[in-house]
Amino acid sequence: MGELDEFRREVEAWLRQNRPPEPDFLLPESFMEVGSDEQFEYLRNWQRKVYEAGYLGMAWPREYGGGGKPQVYQNIVNAEMARQKVPFVPNTIGLNWAGPLILAVGSEEAKKRYIKGILNADDIWCQGFSEPDQGSDLANCQLSARRDGNEYVLNGSKIWTSLGSYASYMILLARTNPQKPRYEGLSFFLVPMKTPGIEPRPIKKLTGEYGFTQTFFTDARIPAECLMGKEGDGWKMAMLTLTFERGVTGGQAGGLSRVSPGVDDVIALARRSRRDGRPALDDPLIRDQLVRFIIEDQGDRLTAKRGEIAALCNERPNAIGLSAKLRVTEHRRRLMQFAISLQGANAVRFVGDADAVEGGKWQRAYFNSFSSTIGGGTSQIQANIVGERVLGLPKD
Amino acid sequence: MTPLSNKLTFSDEQVSLLDVATTFCREKISIATVRRQIASESGFDRELWNEIAGLGWTGVMIPEDFGGSGLSLAEVVALVEPMGRHLAAVPLVSTQLFARALLAGGSEPIKRAFLPQLCSGSIGTVALFESEGDWDLGHIEASAVQEGDTVRLSGRKTLVCDAAVADFVLVSVNFSGAPALAVVKAADLPKERRERELVIDETRRCFSLRLDGIGVPLSSLITGERAQAALKAVRDAALLLAAAEAAGGIAGVLELTVEYLNTRVAFGRKIGSYQSLKHGCSEILIGLERARSHVYHAATLIAAGEDAEVALRMAKVEAGDSMVFAGDRAVQFHGGFGFTWDCDAQLYLRRALWLQNAFGDATHHRRRLADLLLTAA
Ligand SMILES: Cc1cc2nc3c(=O)[nH]c(=O)nc-3n(C[C@H](O)[C@H](O)[C@H](O)COP(=O)(O)OP(=O)(O)OC[C@H]3O[C@@H](n4cnc5c(N)ncnc54)[C@H](O)[C@@H]3O)c2cc1C
Repeated sequence: MGELDEFRREVEAWLRQNRPPEPDFLLPESFMEVGSDEQFEYLRNWQRKVYEAGYLGMAWPREYGGGGKPQVYQNIVNAEMARQKVPFVPNTIGLNWAGPLILAVGSEEAKKRYIKGILNADDIWCQGFSEPDQGSDLANCQLSARRDGNEYVLNGSKIWTSLGSYASYMILLARTNPQKPRYEGLSFFLVPMKTPGIEPRPIKKLTGEYGFTQTFFTDARIPAECLMGKEGDGWKMAMLTLTFERGVTGGQAGGLSRVSPGVDDVIALARRSRRDGRPALDDPLIRDQLVRFIIEDQGDRLTAKRGEIAALCNERPNAIGLSAKLRVTEHRRRLMQFAISLQGANAVRFVGDADAVEGGKWQRAYFNSFSSTIGGGTSQIQANIVGERVLGLPKD
Repeated sequence: MTPLSNKLTFSDEQVSLLDVATTFCREKISIATVRRQIASESGFDRELWNEIAGLGWTGVMIPEDFGGSGLSLAEVVALVEPMGRHLAAVPLVSTQLFARALLAGGSEPIKRAFLPQLCSGSIGTVALFESEGDWDLGHIEASAVQEGDTVRLSGRKTLVCDAAVADFVLVSVNFSGAPALAVVKAADLPKERRERELVIDETRRCFSLRLDGIGVPLSSLITGERAQAALKAVRDAALLLAAAEAAGGIAGVLELTVEYLNTRVAFGRKIGSYQSLKHGCSEILIGLERARSHVYHAATLIAAGEDAEVALRMAKVEAGDSMVFAGDRAVQFHGGFGFTWDCDAQLYLRRALWLQNAFGDATHHRRRLADLLLTAA
């Protein structure tokens, strides 16, 4: 225990001393919103620094560039990064789902080739799952991967590709056999983005910024060894990826913190905002709303804690993990909406307006909160998952 | 806002008590037994109570010196949660509230006189509320006046659970302008002084008590700071145990509902395949997960002797409201059958409404939480 406490203090001090200076542009709030080169370079440099200090991939094997320590060290770092609200590290997809996937099922060669670059941000990763005509219904994926000798030829497009403009690699779900039933015709690839014929085109988000891309594949040829597992294993791989993505399984390399505001910041906002000539924080109805948010937020923090105690989870061991995304992201979305309502007549101002409250960050944060109620499986799909996989209700 | 504690531990004793109580309740307390108890006049199952007392559960948090197990309220929580799940109607919570008050405020002779009896199965309860229905336990009209070595009580208490089967009742009274607590024995509370009240949770037997003329020895009166401490201890325990019962209740009613949704067919499909019902159940589950976490966190703080006021009020709010939501949806999701007395959904909804309004509803506690958490600007 003493050693961990000491480590926590060390991390705390390091982050305090090394947090990068506030930039003069708005930072994205999560990896799903990185939309400009200056944002990207700033965050990539930050990730490098964190990795060089030894605070990323702490529990990954040493031989591939990790720290070889117990997971608890990484957990301490993650918690401290979140607490100090330092910028997040941008290679989320690499660190938290592609990386764990490669470590879990990848070849020795793949581990040697990819892991280090994931950690030091030399290689940013993106995810090619969603397509223009399907998203929630992932198994209906149509992008074609046709075997041709020692290569696969890719045709079609992926959409809503976070970090698509900056990525060196993509984890790709594609259809290798259109004749087979929908699950069996899918395969999973690790695709170099600089392959000729692959072209990411930026898409403007509802905030007005850029953040993700549509990624076009036109006769793009990749070596057959890009295949993860066997041909036809795609669905299995995709599901495994999603367990990492939704935080159900451990093994992530860290850095999942966001820079977006939390309940405390909303309380501070209520203190600064005015209602009837007085601080909004004095208004009994606003106080009651805030307390509701605090109770929920605290409930989720405590639930994460309770998840560590097996005797308090044994009836439905998957309940906490599988409901986490739904609980936390929906809470956030409503909290950000509430934060806008605290601003009186100024609630209508937006980023770029000189009088917008704190540069319009709340309005932007509310819009950005949908990234996690939609991305990674919508809340409606999450509620289905809880109903079916946790409670055992029938499929739709 | 100062950061909130997220301490949550679960002792080996809690693990084993939760385990034993879960099995016990599953085997001994079926919905059929609950309905039998509802139908009976006394609402009390002596045999079941003797078994519970025989297991030592009444004395779990009573020190070994007085014949108990010397554990804490946190261990009692592990018993009460599964009981709530099965809608158990036993005077365990009443007895714990009585014990808790004595432990916090009773003089040595008072503790010695009553605690050992509780450990061997005697029943205690508390009489704290009055006709106005004010949740503020310090607001007391009933009074006590000293006459030599005796104090004479007067006034009326209401919503006293288990009063007909209790061996001792702890009554709050106004004594020289301050709250005091008098231990009244069953012999002083004959039938004529009790009037049965009809309450929404039909598993409960509640009474109003007429105190006029009752005399208790001065030595059985808890006064001054001790009385304040006892009242606070009772309130804390009541909040925690009500929240624990509700957390259990949510799990019970969720199971009932999921089972129905997996059986009943409409338009050629199991109704659980319809998302408006499925997603409703997911929301119930989320309430359950959060409520349990709040409950065991509050229990952790209480057991550690830390300030638990914020945690207790949050637990009560979350568990109480979530169980009402669950019970309400359970009735709706059972369709026409849900509207019947035969459908078990109503049993949970009634219990939920009882618990939600016991010792302060959500608005009451959120008002106080706002003062505790949000220093005015
Ligand atoms: C900011 C952001 C970043 C993203 N990044 C990536 C990325 O990097 N890589 C990637 O592959 N994808 C990414 N996505 C895509 C994301 O995973 C999909 O948008 C999501 O899975 C929903 O799919 P869809 O957009 O096709 O919506 P649809 O599936 O068309 O859904 C439309 C609406 O219908 C609802 N719906 C659909 N099916 C059901 C059902 N069975 N029951 C009830 N309701 C249903 C949905 O909840 C939604 O409200 C990102 C999305 C966002 C918003």
